[in-house]
Amino acid sequence: MSGYPHRHLLGIESLQPSEIVAVLDTAEGLREILDRPLKKVPALRGRTVVNLFYEPSTRTRASFEVAEKVLSADSLSIAASASSAQKGETLLDTAKNLEAMNPDMIVLRHSAAGAAHFLARHCRAAIVNAGDGAHEHPTQALLDALTLRQRKGRLEGLRIAIVGDLLHSRVARSNVWLLSKMGAKVVLCAPPTLVPPGIEALAPVTHRIDEAVEGADAVMMLRIQRERMTGAYYPSDREYHLRFGLTEARVKRAKKDVLILHPGPMNRGVEIASEVADGPYSVILDQVTNGVVVRMAVLLLLLGGGGADA
Amino acid sequence: MVDPAQRLDARRDVLLEDGRVARVGTKLTGRGAQVVDAEGLVVCPGFVDLHVHLREPGREDKETIATGTRAAAAGGFTAVCAMPNTSPVNDNSGITRFILDQARRAGVVRVYPIGAITRGSQGEELAEYGDLKESGCVAVSDDGRPVASARVMRRALEYALAFDLPVVDHCEEPTLSDRAAMSEGPVATLLGLRGAPAAAESIVVERDVQLAELTGGRLHVAHLSTAAAADAVRRGKARGVRVTAEVTPHHLLLTDQAVKDSDYDASTKMNPPLRAEADRRAMVEALRDGTIDAIATDHAPHTVDDKKVEYEEAAFGVVGLETAVGLCLDRLVGSRLLTLPQLVGLLSTRPTRAFGLPGGTLARGSPADVTVLDLDRTRKVDPARFQSKGRHTPFAGWTLKGAVVMTIVGGQIVWQERR
Repeated sequence: MSGYPHRHLLGIESLQPSEIVAVLDTAEGLREILDRPLKKVPALRGRTVVNLFYEPSTRTRASFEVAEKVLSADSLSIAASASSAQKGETLLDTAKNLEAMNPDMIVLRHSAAGAAHFLARHCRAAIVNAGDGAHEHPTQALLDALTLRQRKGRLEGLRIAIVGDLLHSRVARSNVWLLSKMGAKVVLCAPPTLVPPGIEALAPVTHRIDEAVEGADAVMMLRIQRERMTGAYYPSDREYHLRFGLTEARVKRAKKDVLILHPGPMNRGVEIASEVADGPYSVILDQVTNGVVVRMAVLLLLLGGGGADA
Repeated sequence: MVDPAQRLDARRDVLLEDGRVARVGTKLTGRGAQVVDAEGLVVCPGFVDLHVHLREPGREDKETIATGTRAAAAGGFTAVCAMPNTSPVNDNSGITRFILDQARRAGVVRVYPIGAITRGSQGEELAEYGDLKESGCVAVSDDGRPVASARVMRRALEYALAFDLPVVDHCEEPTLSDRAAMSEGPVATLLGLRGAPAAAESIVVERDVQLAELTGGRLHVAHLSTAAAADAVRRGKARGVRVTAEVTPHHLLLTDQAVKDSDYDASTKMNPPLRAEADRRAMVEALRDGTIDAIATDHAPHTVDDKKVEYEEAAFGVVGLETAVGLCLDRLVGSRLLTLPQLVGLLSTRPTRAFGLPGGTLARGSPADVTVLDLDRTRKVDPARFQSKGRHTPFAGWTLKGAVVMTIVGGQIVWQERR
């Protein structure tokens, strides 16, 4: 039934378009559960999921937890600290200890790129990458795609601008992979200091936000990750907003029915103006709902809980 | 016998006596001598590795002088130069003597200590080169870290002239390579890993070549890995600057793509990192045109715990002593990028000249250090069988044609492969 033949979800890069569609279709089929008065199905009863979060996260973690509860999985969330100062137990030891409790799945958020691959190599449980450093954040890309498909009816041929801190963004990488695999036309935009070398092999890059937004069906804004900035990538928040921020005037260059997405949390007044964030074209809150159904779909597909008839 | 120093590539007998080469000729007989039948094999002057981390004193959990020299013997090296980034750093004659004592006790291959450029390798005050030289150091280096200050590097090159010591620099501009886990480029971008640009190396190589030109000092560039850096060395040599350079087998044979293909396996993590294909090709070209003087392993053993962590957290360095010769025979000579005499030159004659070491030839009177190769023997790289304590190599599982079958140091067989 699944159409998703992998044991883990580590990134979008290794997925086939048909597998992406399988996740989105499964998610679509699960949506009505959230509208029921009793929002719970027994699909994953008796299954155990550990949410292991080494980085602070509000919405991703909450979203996984809700998805697990709706599907009746037994879940446990652990907030660990990966900072070298507080380093005691290694990631592998922590994971091995958790494994002794026989979980079916570990959902991992970690600041080191490749951390999910590392666990997948050394653990028996299914691994879901909930964000690894600047590498990938596959469920975010899937929920963004679900949001776009829901509003636009398709992904193929859409013109999509991804704007902001491309250098440190796992969301950007996962989205570029997903959207280009699905036939969308992606344009990337950032100041030159925040463009990772070689990304132009995946999608064209511009340093002018006006150009990027021109005629866009959707604009995906990326958060300026101030906590990851080790040097001066741009002179000031003020200049960033003036030159690279998404303002109402700039939104007017896009298609009339443009959608604005942001993975959150937002820096209002830096990468995005408040009027835009709260404006009519903003689907930022749809993204949150879709986050839950996409994660339900991933849980079901990986744990084989019975799919759409749940 | 292949001996580039004598321009010799012919069938010969060699008689070793009292730790020296007594005679080279045809149909030699020595009364009561042990006869080694090397029919079908290649007899070479002992190979010398200019760049090895033996970890002792201080990190005997990673390697000891005993295990490291056994690995060297198994890999066909009759001598290794030991980098000073031990704990404590080899920046004084006491440590140097300790290393030499341990090497003597192990009694396997020759160990030539390299002293520190600066006290504690802190990059500030010069170490006592006179003492270091007198107690047995053959070069100075702060390897593992660059000499960040151009002023200190200048003084080191100048002062080392008094003792005729080569200054070996690990060329890296630290403000550019800041916290990098691999080489900057499209692969690092896709993996989400912080990358060091090639310029972080070539900027410092340019600087050092100019400083060697300014001072007349002897510069040796450790583990060259980028096209621009090779070009800086090439131009320096053309101007008559006293500069030599080495390259590792992994920079000759692998690119940053290996990091991706291995799914973030820390066996692909070292510094300098694996580079782009254009850089890799430039390394091969620089070997062929003589810009590079030596193939050196940068043998850097670590414990499993140092490596079995997230890629960004893993220690830099891979082992190389037991794979280098097989890799070079199979991938460089086997694919006709180098002739066998060229390879022997890069492993023996030219590195000994670069550092002014004994050996590098089997001419009469030379040390009886011999490496014997079987060009037809095929072997699979199996880290579980390494003599080294280090197990991390990006070449595990590779099948290589051409192998070391015997290593002789001072006339004693220190390693012999079962036929």
